[in-house]
Amino acid sequence: MNASTMVFYILSAVILGGALLSVTAKKIFRAAVFLLFSLIGIAGLYFYLNYEFIAAVQIVVYVGGIVVLIIFSIFLTHESGRDMKEPSMISNLFAVFACCFAAALTYLFIKEEHFNATPNPTLEPSARNIGTQMLDITRYGYILPFEAVSILLLAAMIGCIVIAIKLKPKE
Amino acid sequence: MKPLLAISFSSLANSFHQWLTAMFANDMAVMVTEMVVVGISLIVFLVLLSFFLGYMERKVAAFMQIRLGPNRVGPKGSLQIVADTVKLLFKEGLTPDNADKFLFNLAPFIMVITSMLVVAPIAFARDFQIWDISIGVLYVSSVSSITVIGILMAGWSSNNKYSLLGAMRSGAQIVSYELSIGLSLISIVVLSGSLSLGDIVNSQVNGWWIFKGHIPVVIAFIVFIIASTAEINRAPFDMAEAEQELTAGFHTEYAGMKFAMFLLSEYINLFVVSAIAATIFLGGWMPLHIGNWQAFNQAMDYIPSSLWFFGKTFTIIFIIMWFRWTFPRLRVDQLLNLEWKYLLPISMVNVILVTVMAIMGWHF
Repeated sequence: MNASTMVFYILSAVILGGALLSVTAKKIFRAAVFLLFSLIGIAGLYFYLNYEFIAAVQIVVYVGGIVVLIIFSIFLTHESGRDMKEPSMISNLFAVFACCFAAALTYLFIKEEHFNATPNPTLEPSARNIGTQMLDITRYGYILPFEAVSILLLAAMIGCIVIAIKLKPKE
Repeated sequence: MKPLLAISFSSLANSFHQWLTAMFANDMAVMVTEMVVVGISLIVFLVLLSFFLGYMERKVAAFMQIRLGPNRVGPKGSLQIVADTVKLLFKEGLTPDNADKFLFNLAPFIMVITSMLVVAPIAFARDFQIWDISIGVLYVSSVSSITVIGILMAGWSSNNKYSLLGAMRSGAQIVSYELSIGLSLISIVVLSGSLSLGDIVNSQVNGWWIFKGHIPVVIAFIVFIIASTAEINRAPFDMAEAEQELTAGFHTEYAGMKFAMFLLSEYINLFVVSAIAATIFLGGWMPLHIGNWQAFNQAMDYIPSSLWFFGKTFTIIFIIMWFRWTFPRLRVDQLLNLEWKYLLPISMVNVILVTVMAIMGWHF
């Protein structure tokens, strides 16, 4: 086993351990923190694959954005200091079923997939290449999904402002 | 362009690398040893640096308030900070009752680790950089956004309402000021056409961006300095700590070494922010070059690049310390108004201006 494999297994352990602890934690704030470790581990996996841009985006979006949002909403809504209620027997049972089916399905997909290398020439995953590909209007460009997502985000932003805006009462 | 000194940081690093390669046949052993050496020297450097910044902060404060500052321990009081560290080392590290012990002890580590991670892509001298990552600017802004989680964690797990209030304030503050920082960094990324800090420094070989980029870059620089002062929770934006209102906010309950770690991360953040500002706007280690004035440029090259870097960085650190004793603290609503109603619109318009300038080629 060389250093590269070792790093991979350490990262996987962080991701899986974080995810497991996140769903088993008693306190909801702790669950958020373990989720944070899991997401940072995924960013580490991208760094390991040399997808630096994607790794940084993973940190910006998930760690800096989503987890902070989750923590804020925990602070604002939940009684974050208390232990959460034990789930009932039936929901535990169904959770076990769901896990088994998901694991079986994943196993099936991995077994069927042969992981052939693509015949296309490799492209360096630099920010410049990703940006060019995103805004490309030729056959394999992603301009349409990019614009669709942009409009969706803009709509979401305007929606947030409309919800949060405080209208002054008319005198 | 031959530098005056034969020894530079990069030549030292190169000869160390060659020596190691000669010592170990195995490539992996060389790599691991280098990583360990770089890690240890970085930690030692940052700890010594934060000692110095602590001393500098007191002296600058004293200078601003026309008093002497520390002057008993050591020559000119320079060992005061060592005495303080020894005191902190011997202090008992208390954990409050009913606090979430795991998170309470984890929070200072998250703070220190994130601040140290951000140092990685900074170029300290010519060809002397830990990691010339291709997305340097994005890396810096993304990793530094983890700090807020450390603060929220510390505030929440202290089981103290002042700490929680401080953490909430600082969360709101850091999340909002990140936007302005990002936008002002983007303006230079647009001009230099690269996210890598090494490329950005090299693009300033015929003049620093603050001179080449006309008024929009000056605006971006000012916005960056204001927003990053807020980002690192320093006065006049120290809502999170606010000694008089919140009795030190999110780190009220911390004592001993855990408190020292918050202090350490604060000083590292101060250094990082100033170093990034110096790299992006003032050319990092790049000496002061003016267009095609060959003689002048060569004369400037005789000053070692590390001196340029640290000179610029410490000038900006001094300015940020100067703020602290010049402006009164803002209220929370004023703080958020400043960001959302002034800085953010200004920097958005500024990015458009810079983009137009870059497309038309109006910069030098």
